[in-house]
Amino acid sequence: MQFILRRLGFYLVAAWVAITLNFFIPRAMPGSAVDAVLAKFPQLLPPARKALEATLGSGDQGSLWSQYVTYLGHVFRLDFGPSLSNYPTPVTTIVANGVYWTLGLVGVATVIAFAVGTGLGILAGWRAGGRLDRSLPAMMFLQATPYFFLALLLIQVFGITLGWFPVAGAYDGINYTPGWTLAYAGNVLDHAFLPALTIVATSVAGWMLQMRNVMVTTVGEDYVVAAQAKGLSDRRVVFTYAARNALLPQLQGFGLALGFVVSGALVMEIVFSYPGIGYLLLNAAASKDTPLMQAIFLLITVAVLAANFIVDLVIVFVDPRVRTREATR
Amino acid sequence: MSPVLDIKDLSIAYRTPGGDVRAATHVNLTINKGEVVGLCGESGSGKSTLAYGACRLLRPPAVITSGSVLYSGARTGSVMPVDILRLPQRDLRAIRWRDIAIVFQSAMNALNPVLRVRDQIIDATEAHLRLPKDAAREKAARLLDLVGIPRERLRSYPHELSGGMRQRVMIAMAMAADPEVVIMDEPTTALDVVVQRDILAQIVELKETLGFSVLFITHDMSLLLELCDRIAVMYAGRIVELGAAADLKDAAAHPYTQGLLRSFPSLHGARRELAGIPGTPPDLRDPPQGCPFIPRCGFARPGCEQVDMSLLPVPGGRSPLHVTACPFVTAADNATAAPQQQAAAAEGALS
Amino acid sequence: MKALARLWRRLPGTAKAGVIMLVVFLLIAIIGPEVIPDNPNVTTPLQAAAPSGAHFFGTTQTGQDVFSQFLVGVRLTLELAFWVGVIATGLSVIVGVTAAYVGGIVDELLSLLTNVFLVIPALPLLIVLLGFLNGTSAGQGQLPVIFVLSLLGWPWGARVVRAQALSIRSRDFIAAARETGERSWRIIVFDVIPNMVSLIAASFVNTVLYAVGASVALAFVGLTDPSSWSLGTMLYWAQLGNALQIGAWWWYVPPGLAVALLGTALVLLNTGIDELSNPRLRDARSATRIAGRRVWPTDPTPVFGAPHGRGGLAGFARSFSRKSLLDEAPVTAGNPEGR
Repeated sequence: MQFILRRLGFYLVAAWVAITLNFFIPRAMPGSAVDAVLAKFPQLLPPARKALEATLGSGDQGSLWSQYVTYLGHVFRLDFGPSLSNYPTPVTTIVANGVYWTLGLVGVATVIAFAVGTGLGILAGWRAGGRLDRSLPAMMFLQATPYFFLALLLIQVFGITLGWFPVAGAYDGINYTPGWTLAYAGNVLDHAFLPALTIVATSVAGWMLQMRNVMVTTVGEDYVVAAQAKGLSDRRVVFTYAARNALLPQLQGFGLALGFVVSGALVMEIVFSYPGIGYLLLNAAASKDTPLMQAIFLLITVAVLAANFIVDLVIVFVDPRVRTREATR
Repeated sequence: MSPVLDIKDLSIAYRTPGGDVRAATHVNLTINKGEVVGLCGESGSGKSTLAYGACRLLRPPAVITSGSVLYSGARTGSVMPVDILRLPQRDLRAIRWRDIAIVFQSAMNALNPVLRVRDQIIDATEAHLRLPKDAAREKAARLLDLVGIPRERLRSYPHELSGGMRQRVMIAMAMAADPEVVIMDEPTTALDVVVQRDILAQIVELKETLGFSVLFITHDMSLLLELCDRIAVMYAGRIVELGAAADLKDAAAHPYTQGLLRSFPSLHGARRELAGIPGTPPDLRDPPQGCPFIPRCGFARPGCEQVDMSLLPVPGGRSPLHVTACPFVTAADNATAAPQQQAAAAEGALS
Repeated sequence: MKALARLWRRLPGTAKAGVIMLVVFLLIAIIGPEVIPDNPNVTTPLQAAAPSGAHFFGTTQTGQDVFSQFLVGVRLTLELAFWVGVIATGLSVIVGVTAAYVGGIVDELLSLLTNVFLVIPALPLLIVLLGFLNGTSAGQGQLPVIFVLSLLGWPWGARVVRAQALSIRSRDFIAAARETGERSWRIIVFDVIPNMVSLIAASFVNTVLYAVGASVALAFVGLTDPSSWSLGTMLYWAQLGNALQIGAWWWYVPPGLAVALLGTALVLLNTGIDELSNPRLRDARSATRIAGRRVWPTDPTPVFGAPHGRGGLAGFARSFSRKSLLDEAPVTAGNPEGR
């Protein structure tokens, strides 16, 4: 219990740091950067312009502290104002639209990749030196390939040359209307296939490599030898004795790697023009739509922190030592 | 009456890129029913390798290069022995724990950190006895009673127990399938002396009650002299002396055994100088000709290099079952040679 | 020199491949730009032409020579990654060692800072930072990228360095140095750091890997200076020029493949370092072939010369109940087939 509270406290601190960073970044930028933003939107009405200047900290805004308090108020009310490049649509509306696509695609693909990768890793670790090990260099290559490059290749081969899958967007807006119909769902899956494949292909390799190494170390532990000495079946030895213990460092690695997986997926969305928050974020950055940019940054950060916290909860559930270790501190 | 476990001519090696490391060479050892046999030797002498190898528990790159391990416990029905080394995997798994159980050295490492004690004990009973769930739990509880641990501890995880308790759990676990032979690999080395005493007393009591044989492996000769019926002394992968505990204590015949006996103090008797055994064990990748103890032996002579290390009865010994690998030294040389051995050993180490 | 040769021999085959690949890239980076056939900026009428003798990697949409861009790009990308590696690793060593050595509240604060920056995802933050700087006078050239990447690249190494420094600090020879009155900074520089060289090297390799990936991603989305030819910038222009749609695979495949291979080489190198320090990984790879047969860790120790539990022994009793064994002949040393 103590452990969970400590972790929660830590994530709250991290979230606060992110929020504060968001506040200071425009104010830490050289003047030319801020001017560039203002110059990009000359047609703004005065109230909107004032609001923009407030977020950027330019002009006369009062003391830094009062600006900060105002800013915090806005953040907690989830009031980020209107998006500049989509004026006057509020930022929150735009973000809300994109979140579902990203969550669906990235979330599901990551879970699949983790499960498959870990499973393969268990097999590769138990049978280290065997046939699966021959695939290791290929796995390393896949892991080192940038998401977006693999995306380009997949589009070229499966989308353009073979024409099996669509290469842009989340669904075909011309022929299908969103709704709970089978046709729409099918079209969505069609469009999601290549992006999902990109994420799965690249990250499976990473999880598999990591799990394999952890398994090899675990299989060498005394309690695995003891399990064999007890005459237990191979299956029980590998799963209940070796894999269950190897899963703990693997889960911790998952938490740490979440940030990277999300980052890679964001850039990949641009290649597919997939309307998730990655696509929105990058367009916002290109068009200097700072309110949108900053809102999405906060959203992504908080989401990753929340996911990390969930992983911590899972670890507490799976590893009995954590509860005691923290209690005896 | 045939012995329960008969290790015949067992040789074990580790296949490394630099050549085979001969961890055990032509070892012969028998364990009779209800007997406590001690296996003594310094680190690297091959004692653990021997025990685990006999059960085929060694990991690659270990290979068994010769010999057989004949098991003929009461459970096999016929009186004819079974060769463990040539069993198919399924039968090997059946014989493990049910007939030959092992108590590992470091209980903290040998217990699965994420399983409760109860589940780890039930593992063993389920694999071999096929009891229904309640019967299995009751048996686990009774096993803890046997070793003197409160029943509530069934629900504990290994890290929640003290060192002594963990070792007792290991012993209880070993009893789970009513084995005939229990191999104990330095079960008390990692514990403090008081706890050590308790555990050893427990082991003796269990042995009397349940009637299993014990192979007790340790480097602590003093312990074996008190505990065992027979003792085997290992050096550089070979057995150099074997005999009843009393025979070894009063009339040790091999120079190495004599050195071991001289290396620890006793609470009784006259004060004497503690002598060690200078030098280091040989490189097992390139075993020397003849007796491996030559560089450290105070009695070394030209004939030593032709010794074939077979175990022969000690000349003038009390019993023909007291055997030694050294054809030159007898118990009589023991008492007189003490001060000379030190000087000669120093010389031997330099040459 | 001899020590290097010995180290080389101990590396597993895959790590050796990684080192060789890295050396190739380094050579390209050093020699490449000196021998480029054309100026990468110069446009020609030969638009989007496939690879040929005149243009090894073909041309871009505006007729620029892809091969020349590639050679320049490798150097630029490696340079950038190298500097980020140096700065970030330097920062991580300073933070890690300070936290470990000073201890107390400083350690708590630095550790908190490190962990916070570890858990906050880096790329979105980088995008925001560069989103502001891009296109402005401050955003010209490679410096902004180096700056922001180093700013976010040190936490990973700092955590590892701190852990190692802590364990070294508790060793006796450090206490001895302190007792003899040696000054703290001298102890750190001359005693602690030399013991962490391999760790720092591994950390450096990891940071370079991160820098390559992040810089290429940022360049691809156009957040870095598009006029300098890094591998990522090539990909940016390829995307902008619709390389996919016009089928100009030679435009984006070489830079992308180069990034992937470079990353693979670094990962292989790291794996090699891993295996050198973790004996179990090494044994797992090499020790499983005995007498021509594969042996898994969960297999029983192989018995030389014995049929390894197959064939004639299958006739042996399946269980050890009292009944079944009376029917079978026993297996003894003289009767291994159980007949």
